Amino acid sequence: MIEVKNLTKMYGNFVAIKDVSFQAKKGQILGFLGPNGAGKTTTMRIISGYMPATSGTVLVDGLDIFSQSLQARRRIGYLPENPPLYNEMRVEAYLRFAGKLRGLHRGDLDAALGHVIEVCGLREVATRICGQLSKGYRQRVGLAGAIIHDPQVLILDEPTIGLDPRQIRDVRALIRDLGTNRTIVLSTHILPEVSQICDKVVIINEGHVVLEQDLDQLVAGTSLEDVFLTAIAHERGHEDLEAEEELEEVGAGRSSAQ
Amino acid sequence: MRNALIIAGREIAAYFVQPIAYVVMTVFLLLGGWFFFALLRRFDLIQQMYLALQNPAALERMNLNQMVVEPLLHNLAIVLVILVPAITMRTFAEEKRQGTYELLLTAPVRTGEVVAGKYIAAAVLILVMVALAGIFPLILVLFGNPEVGVIASGYLGLAFLGLAFVAVGLFTSSVTQNQIIAAISCFGALLLLYVISWPAETGGGSWSQLLRYLSLPEHFATMVRGLISTKDIVYFLSVIAVALFLTQRSVESVRWR
Repeated sequence: MIEVKNLTKMYGNFVAIKDVSFQAKKGQILGFLGPNGAGKTTTMRIISGYMPATSGTVLVDGLDIFSQSLQARRRIGYLPENPPLYNEMRVEAYLRFAGKLRGLHRGDLDAALGHVIEVCGLREVATRICGQLSKGYRQRVGLAGAIIHDPQVLILDEPTIGLDPRQIRDVRALIRDLGTNRTIVLSTHILPEVSQICDKVVIINEGHVVLEQDLDQLVAGTSLEDVFLTAIAHERGHEDLEAEEELEEVGAGRSSAQ
Repeated sequence: MRNALIIAGREIAAYFVQPIAYVVMTVFLLLGGWFFFALLRRFDLIQQMYLALQNPAALERMNLNQMVVEPLLHNLAIVLVILVPAITMRTFAEEKRQGTYELLLTAPVRTGEVVAGKYIAAAVLILVMVALAGIFPLILVLFGNPEVGVIASGYLGLAFLGLAFVAVGLFTSSVTQNQIIAAISCFGALLLLYVISWPAETGGGSWSQLLRYLSLPEHFATMVRGLISTKDIVYFLSVIAVALFLTQRSVESVRWR
């Protein structure tokens, strides 16, 4: 359903992600993990069609996000890290706008609007102004906007950030529900979230994938935390080692000079 | 086209909710009213002077169009140079800042449709403003005897001028995420279009001809005098086309590899 193939993104000379590849099948919820600055948001922006990769491709339902962008984008619902709300709009008007922009027409739009207000628990804020909502509600309105056109693919960038524990539980349940017949990629730092709702995990560190594995294939007894830390520590250790070697060389140079 | 109208609808609602539209219209009409009042006072004073001097020939030559409507339209055009940047500065810059740009650009909508939608909304606002400023000549028609055709041509000129300004404003907003930078560069560009022929006032040759052709008030003034020529309309339409084309390229540039 989603095939990410050899994505590389450069900002000038800075390599944000390098040779990132992974796949998510229909009905799978893929947890996209990584420390801050690892390239999660960059990858998700590329998958959603917001910006192109320097090289590599993304296929969504077999459609290239770059060359068949419009058709591919129709199949995607994308929730960026900061929910893209127009602060002066009322929640209902915003969701209508989001729906119309994705090609929903009058009758379908009303039904879809009622549906997302229901599933995202927005009934009591439907007539409030977006700019006055709490972080938790903003997040849920953003999510509602992302799923209003019933997309086959959902890209969620840290969907539970800023929510209180009860809202986190609700949103996770919602994502699990949505995931039964869709493909979802969600990024997060929260490891238990992945073990609770995801079927598959991809760990990215310093711009490249260090692990891609189905959760049920994880070795019994090892926690995701261990896996995560080992995957990242491996890289770090490698670097530290190089740094130490350099230091030793410098030290050796100095001692030989003496 | 449907997508452009959806975006335009949201934009227009935003102008009125935020409430930029009301503020801009109020300032425009208040200043317009003040100019109108001052010009009428002057007209009245001169008329009384000629009456007192018993100079029928001079009274004959008194002309509402030349003495009131023309200067009024030129003043309103200057007011637009200042107001249009305030109208257009948010169009793209604000979307980038508040993150809604990601919603627009990941929706199945062409960048051309985004630009068209935003242009339609700002154009509607400008046309409403120009139409409301029609109250001034309406008063003249009710109480005096101006030439309506000339007035209509002048207002058409003001409408074209506003539409061209808005296109320039969209472009300056599309290149930045800072609204102040958008506004100031738009203001600079519009003012430059206004004074671009100044070095050409004295000289001749093809260089000054070019500057004069580029000069906005030159084309506007012809229309204000009651002359609608293809040349001037083509000028305004080309400014709009070039500015909108650049805007579309600048929005599209996010997608360049």
